Formats: sequence, structure tokens, C-alpha cells
Amino acid sequence: MRWAAGYFFVAPALLLIAVFFVFPVFSAFLLSFTDFDIYSLGNIEYLRFVGIDNYINLFGNSRFWTALGNTFYFVAVGGPLSVLVSLGAALLINSKLVRLKTLFRTVYFLPVVTTLVAVAVMWRYLYHPRYGLLNFALSGIGIEPIDWLGDPFWAMPAIILMAAWKNFGYNMIIFLAGLQSIPDSLYEAARVDGANRWHQFRYVTLPMLAPTFLFVGIITMIGYFQLFAEPYVMTQGGPSNATLSVVLFMYEEGFRWWNLGNAAAIAFVLFVIILAVTLLQLRLQRER
Amino acid sequence: MDRVVRLVIYALLFLGLVVTATPLLWMVSASFMGSGEASTYPPRLLPSAATLDHYVALFSRLNLGRYAFNSALLATAITLVSLFLNSMAGYAFAKLRFTGRDRIFKALLAALVIPVQVTMLPLFLMLKQMGLVNTYWGVLIPGMANIFGIFLIRQYALSIPDSLLDAARIDGASEFRIYWSLVLPLCKPILVTLALFTFMGAWNDFMWPLIVLTDDSMYTLPVALANLLGEHVLDTELMMAGSVLTILPVTMLFIVLQRSYVEGIMMGSLKD
Amino acid sequence: MIQPTIRSICFALLILLCGCDGEIKDKVTIDFWAFGREGEAVQELVRDFEAEHPHIRVRVQQIPWSAAHEKLLTAYAGDAMPDLFQLGNTWLPEFVALGAVAEFGPWVRDDPDIDDDTFFAGVAATNVIDGVVYGLPWYVDTRLVFYRSDMLEKAGFKTFPGTWSAWREVMERVKESVGPDKYAIFLPVEDWTIPTILAMQQGASLLADEDRYGAFDDPRFREAFDFYLGLFRDGLAPSSGGSQVANLYQEFSNGYFAMFVSGPWNIGELKHRLPGKEHLWATAPMPAPDGAAAKGGGVDGATPGVSLAGGASLAIHDGSEHKDEAWLLIRYLSGTEQQERFHHLTGNLPARKDSWIASGLDKEPRTRAFWRQLQQMAPTPPIPEWERIARTIGRYTEATVRNTMTVDEALASLDEDVDRMLEKRRWLLARDQ
Repeated sequence: MRWAAGYFFVAPALLLIAVFFVFPVFSAFLLSFTDFDIYSLGNIEYLRFVGIDNYINLFGNSRFWTALGNTFYFVAVGGPLSVLVSLGAALLINSKLVRLKTLFRTVYFLPVVTTLVAVAVMWRYLYHPRYGLLNFALSGIGIEPIDWLGDPFWAMPAIILMAAWKNFGYNMIIFLAGLQSIPDSLYEAARVDGANRWHQFRYVTLPMLAPTFLFVGIITMIGYFQLFAEPYVMTQGGPSNATLSVVLFMYEEGFRWWNLGNAAAIAFVLFVIILAVTLLQLRLQRER
Repeated sequence: MDRVVRLVIYALLFLGLVVTATPLLWMVSASFMGSGEASTYPPRLLPSAATLDHYVALFSRLNLGRYAFNSALLATAITLVSLFLNSMAGYAFAKLRFTGRDRIFKALLAALVIPVQVTMLPLFLMLKQMGLVNTYWGVLIPGMANIFGIFLIRQYALSIPDSLLDAARIDGASEFRIYWSLVLPLCKPILVTLALFTFMGAWNDFMWPLIVLTDDSMYTLPVALANLLGEHVLDTELMMAGSVLTILPVTMLFIVLQRSYVEGIMMGSLKD
Repeated sequence: MIQPTIRSICFALLILLCGCDGEIKDKVTIDFWAFGREGEAVQELVRDFEAEHPHIRVRVQQIPWSAAHEKLLTAYAGDAMPDLFQLGNTWLPEFVALGAVAEFGPWVRDDPDIDDDTFFAGVAATNVIDGVVYGLPWYVDTRLVFYRSDMLEKAGFKTFPGTWSAWREVMERVKESVGPDKYAIFLPVEDWTIPTILAMQQGASLLADEDRYGAFDDPRFREAFDFYLGLFRDGLAPSSGGSQVANLYQEFSNGYFAMFVSGPWNIGELKHRLPGKEHLWATAPMPAPDGAAAKGGGVDGATPGVSLAGGASLAIHDGSEHKDEAWLLIRYLSGTEQQERFHHLTGNLPARKDSWIASGLDKEPRTRAFWRQLQQMAPTPPIPEWERIARTIGRYTEATVRNTMTVDEALASLDEDVDRMLEKRRWLLARDQ
């Protein structure tokens, strides 16, 4: 009886997940071996099975490598930056010397709940080389105007900065939870042993936060690999493909040009990369 | 020594406050500026004469009310349906025994690593076959159940004492009744949290609605906003007004219910 | 607590199910997609159309130009095409190949109001594919030069040049007179239109072998490309791209640059956005390559160089259930009087020649430049892949402007990319033979 009940309770959700998530994943895999495109959409006779040609073409396509490079840049620089800012903010707020914790926490967290598209639109204007607030502020400390979104060198840093601004609050909360779960007795013991602030941080806080780091690292990384709305709204992948991300490339192939076969191959490459990096992180953690 | 440290900490915290809040405050301020005022040098922080013109234009000419309605409707529907289905499944994974339970749950968690973009292409073709492209259903269906929601509920439901459930069973309550009248009320805190998460996620979602909605009477706010940018990129102030309206509801919701939200994040990050 | 939840779920579902607003029974509703400002302006004409045809209701949807192509394809893919839609005339081959647009044959043939000389020939031709008419020109669009006559005068020029070499000289002099912070011309860095126009002026075919392969290694294409890049290299055009220019019109008004190459809608925009400065700007047809006229026996600079046979057409979705009503609206919008009204509302240039003459557009100096240019037009290759090829040209143009690629590399990669895009076309052509 209770067995049946268990199935009854999980069935609706599992069914939906199976039909609208698991099945599409397998279909996408099959799709990536065809040249399904807009012609095939009109007439299925125009569909060819092409084996691994899509993957071969992809690896021979310089735009794909650019997209991949940009995405790694974003993940490798933007991810750690955002995590470090989160940790810094959490440490500051968690300090025993600070009052008004709720105020700081709330304001820091505010960008997280805002709509990505809306703030990306806003940052477009903040980054304006001549009228933007950011360059104006920088000119106050003697920095020449930077063409944030128009210069291929600066466009990705601009998106990284914006992403850090938007996201750090989320991880900050998780770090706060981690910090609060460290028992005071550990710090007391350290103090008794004569540890200064730095040593307490280095030998108590950091090791105790290790599981939090792992979790934060993985979710941030998975999220950052899926970069899409920022470049879609702010730069359309430009200038000179400097902000073209893998997902944006997939979107263009799939939903702008309707080369669904190609797009599916791109999606799968992304999947494999995310999987590999996740496993790597778990592995590193375990070895430690 | 402590005084110096305290001073430094406060200085950093206030710097953070300025950096975090300025863009948002500027957005609000620019939305009240007259046309062209936000594109001047040096940049203005406050409007010389506040005007509601852009807000009026958004609602009268640019149909923003309709988009807000779509967003609200879809976010609400997704929240209600997914809350119901996820809580059922999450409870079952925590408290009911059935063959393969743990294996299925592990498989679900492993699937979290699959980026949703992988599913989008076939999903579009499926919905096309079903005639659901460019309908509310097209947006709703993929959001009706989600693994993270199931996980969150399960973690919470684990703490419900089995004795309570068994007592109800001895009293002859049906399994559904136990879930509905006993488990759900007990899970209320996590349900509020999950509702908030889901609502905000659905409200802010961009890529899927962008793909599946073609008719502008169906657009959600983010899609409409990106669309508007194509047409009015030069009208900074108008775009800022649109952005303010888009983020206002979720921001308000967060400020009112922030405790639940923050607790949810912490709970989602705890490992079992 | 329980009951209200159930009820609100049911309520939400109910709203979802009935999401479509109920249609009024005896009226026919047609969906009409129009882009950009046209979408806004056409509503006024549509209201009058509805008054004349009380049994038809028209729902106009406005789509930004930047997303238009994408949206139309998505709508096609998702079976959500409108009954009637505007489209760039270069996209027509694509939608014809997909079987997404209806033939206009009988309608156009039987229409007393339309004959071979009604529209500009170059533009009308883009609506005919393999001898079948699929669209009717709504307005014409081509590219020519907008310039600040005062800035040219200051540099010593009273008229606009007619040849590339003279054009180049004007730009150099203007640059000298405005100084280091300002420029002679503004060119968007990721643009395919201007390099393509220049190449067509040189006689480059763009594609080869019945449009099966790219032909960008053609020396004529190369020459045009070099001319274009030279403008950036020599500092005549700002190479930083569009993001520096927050507002094209404002910067044009500030004298940040003295020329730009663009389409007719700018006449309206400039009038509207630069009030009181109307005497300061003018238009001129595209200069022609040196020596081009000699081949034709004329004088260099006397006839404009060719420009794009662009414009927007109106087409009907082949699956529409209201084709006749949609055709009524197309006819209405392409009538002489409505074409004139549309011009006044949007600044877009009428596709009908008699509307030009009736409203004196062929005489008015600024539109006269377009009148002349419209006699000198060349179409882009009429194949479905063109839109994508065009964007690729733009991308490689940008790469060379920004010096991330040499011209040789860029043109070789361009050919390679285009050949790959045309693979399916080659296969389909071979298959159908």
C-alpha cells in the first residue's frame, strides 16, 4: 500500500521530468548526428544523417573556439572573482564589530533578485564611454575613458564585472551560513594558542569553509558556463566576437539560423565540459 | 587596535554599499529624467525636473501592462503547479518507501549537471508538434516540475518525525490526506521559500520565453524589454523606466520576504 | 487554507486555457507583422482600412528590425506565422524556399492598378523568384551618403563628389579641417552593406557557379574591400565602432563626423531630431568607381554608382486562411494615396513611382538624390542563405577593421564559411536535377 503511495506521489513530477527533460536530452544527442535545419523543418525528406560531421565541423570552426575561449575566460576569471567578492563581503558582515548587518546584507543581495535582462540594459548605459557613470567615476581618479563594450579587449571584463555585481550576494549568503556554523570554541582554542587574526582565518576559517567552497564553486561554475543573457542584451556577442559565449553561439545556430543539428552538437559539447569540470572539482576536493 | 579595524571594516562595507546600490539608484533616477538628459556629460545623478513621461509612454503606447500581466500570470501558474508537484515528490522521496527510491533520487541529482540548453532544441520541436509554440503552455510546461525543488522539499521533509505520520496512518488517514493536511502545513516555511524562488526564477527567466513566444501579446517583461531595446536603444530614459518596472515586483517581494529567501539559499547549500 | 489554494490553481489554469482572447464571430481577424517605426505608423493606415472594410479586423504587431528576421523564422518553425507580414526583400528567397509565402500571380495580373512600370524596376524584380511573384514592394530602400554641407564647405567643397577618388579627397580635406577628435565619415564596423555596395560597383558577383560557392577572392571584391578599410586605416572614420556613438543623430549634429552612408528613414529622423538645422545637411548618391563610366562611354561621376536594391515587401503566409483579406490590405497599402501618406508618417520612400511624382519627391533636393540612386540599383544574390552570408561579410569586415585579421585571411575564411553554408544548397540542387 505504501509502496503504491510512493509511486503515486512521485509519478507526476517524474513523468514531467522524463518527458520534458530526459527525453529531450536523448533526442538532442540523436539530433546532433543529423543536419536538421530549416529546410528539414519544411520538408523532412531534406534531413540527412551525417554521423559526427557536425562535431568535426564544429572543431574546425574558429568561431566555436572563440566562443569556447570566451566562455572559459568568463568562468576562469569571473567565477573566482565573484566567489572572492562573496567571501570578502561575508567576512566583513560576519565580523563581530559590525552592526546594521541586515541592512548591508539586504542591499548587497538586492542585485541577485533583479531581472538579469533589466540590469544588463542598465549596465549598457553605465558602460557608455562618453556619458556613462562608470567612466565618469574613473575619470575622478585619473583613468582615461574606456570603451567598455566597444573595445574587444574590455568587453569581456565589462561583462565579468557586471556579473560579479549581480551575483556575489548569492554566494555571500552561503558563506555567511558557513561562517556561522563554525563553532566559537575553535577560535577560542586558536586564540589560546596565540594565533593572530590572519592565522585564525588561515587555519580555522578557511579549512572549515572547505565544503562551502566546493558547493559554491560548483554552482557558480555551472551557472557561469551558461552565460547568455548578458552578451545577448549588451553586445550581441561583439565586438569582434569578444563576448560570444557557447550558449549564445548555440542560440544563434539553433534559433536564429535554425541549424538544429549543429546547435545540438554545441549543446552536447557544453554538457561534456560542464560534466568534466564538475567531476574534476569533486576529485580535487576528495584528494585534499 | 579594534577601533582601527572597525573603521576599516565599516569603510569597506560602505564602499560596497555605494558600489552595489548606485547603479540601481541611477536606474530609478534616470527613469524620471527628460529625454536626452541621461546622455550628457558630465552625467547627471538627478533629473533636473522629474517627469513621468516615460512611464506613461510605456503603459499607453508600448503595452507594458500586457507584458506585466503575462509575467505575473506565468510566474504564478508555474509557482503553483510546480509547488504542488515538487512537494509531493519531495515528500515521497523523504518519507515513503518504494523500490528504487534512492537510486532514482540519486539519478535526479546527477541530472542537475545537465545544462538546460541541451533540452531546448528538441523541446521546441516537441512543442511544435503539440501546437504549443507561442502559447502560455509552451512556457509553463518545462517549468512544472524541477529537480532542485524536489531536492529542497526532501531535505526539509526528512526532519518530520516518522511517528507523527504513523500516528496519522493508525488513525486511518489516507496517504494523500496525510500529505495534504499534515505534511504540507509542517513544510510551510520551505514551501514559502520555494514559492519565492520559483516565482522569481520564472519572472526573471529570459532564454526560454524568448524562444518559445513569438507573438508580442504573449511576451513576458524581460522578453519585451529586450525587444524594446532593439527599437529604443537611443531612448535611455525610457529603457530605464522599463527596467525599473521589470525589477520592481521581484525586488519588493524579496524585501518583504527576505528572511524566507535567505534561509532557502542556506538550506539549499547544506549537504546531507 | 486548502480550499482557496485549489481554487486559485483552477483559476490560473482556466486563464491559461482561455489565454486567447475570444474572436468576434462574424469578423475576420488578420495578423499583420510590421517592423520598427513602420509598425507604429502603419496602425493609422490600418484603422482607415478597417473603416472601409468593416468585416476585417487587423492586428498589427510591431517587431524591432534587429530581431525581425529571427522572429519570422521562429514563427515559421513554430507554425505561428502571421497572415500578412513585412519582410526585407532580400529575405524573400528564403521564405519562398521554405514554402512559407503565397504566390501573388493571379491577384497581381488582374489588378488594374499595377503594371510593369508601377514600381521601381530594380526593387520590383527582387519580389519575383523564378518568374513567380511572391511579394509586393511596400517601400524602397537603398543606401547613399548623408553629409553636413557646412562641414564640406568649410573644407572647400560646394558639391558632393561623384567618383571614389574625388570622394576620398573630400574626406581627407574634411578630416584636416575638423582636427584629430572628429572624423570625416562614420561607418559602422560590423556592416555588410557598404563593402557589398562598393564591391557590386566594381562588378563583383559575390557568389559564383549559380550561387553555389563564395567568390570573395575576386580581385574586384578585394579592391572594394581595400577602399573601405582604407577609410578606417587612415583615420577618416572612427574605428572604435558604434558604441562610441550613443546617438547617431546627436553626433552628426555635433559635427563628430561629416558623413554617413545609410537609408531613407534617416531623412525623417534627421528632420525630427535636429530641428532648426535643416539647412546644414544634404544627401548625395553613391560615388562611382573611377573609370567605371569610361567602360560605359560616359563621364566619370555623371551617373551614381550602384547601390542596394533594398526595401521592404509585403507577403502573405501560404498557410493563412484569410489570404483574400490579406491581399485587400496589401492592395490598400500599396495604393498611390496610402503610399504617400505612409511616406509622410515614416519618411520611408514610396515604392510606387506615381506617388513620388504626385508628392514632388523626385524634385525635392534631399529625396531627389534617392530618386537618382533608385535608377542605379543591383540586387544581392536571390538565395535563401543570403541573410546569413551578409552577416558573415559584416563579421569579417569587422575583424579586418579591428586588425585581428589580415585582408587575405579574412577573405579566405569568408569564402570557406560561405562555401560551408551553401553545402546544403549544393546538395539540394544536385538532388533536384
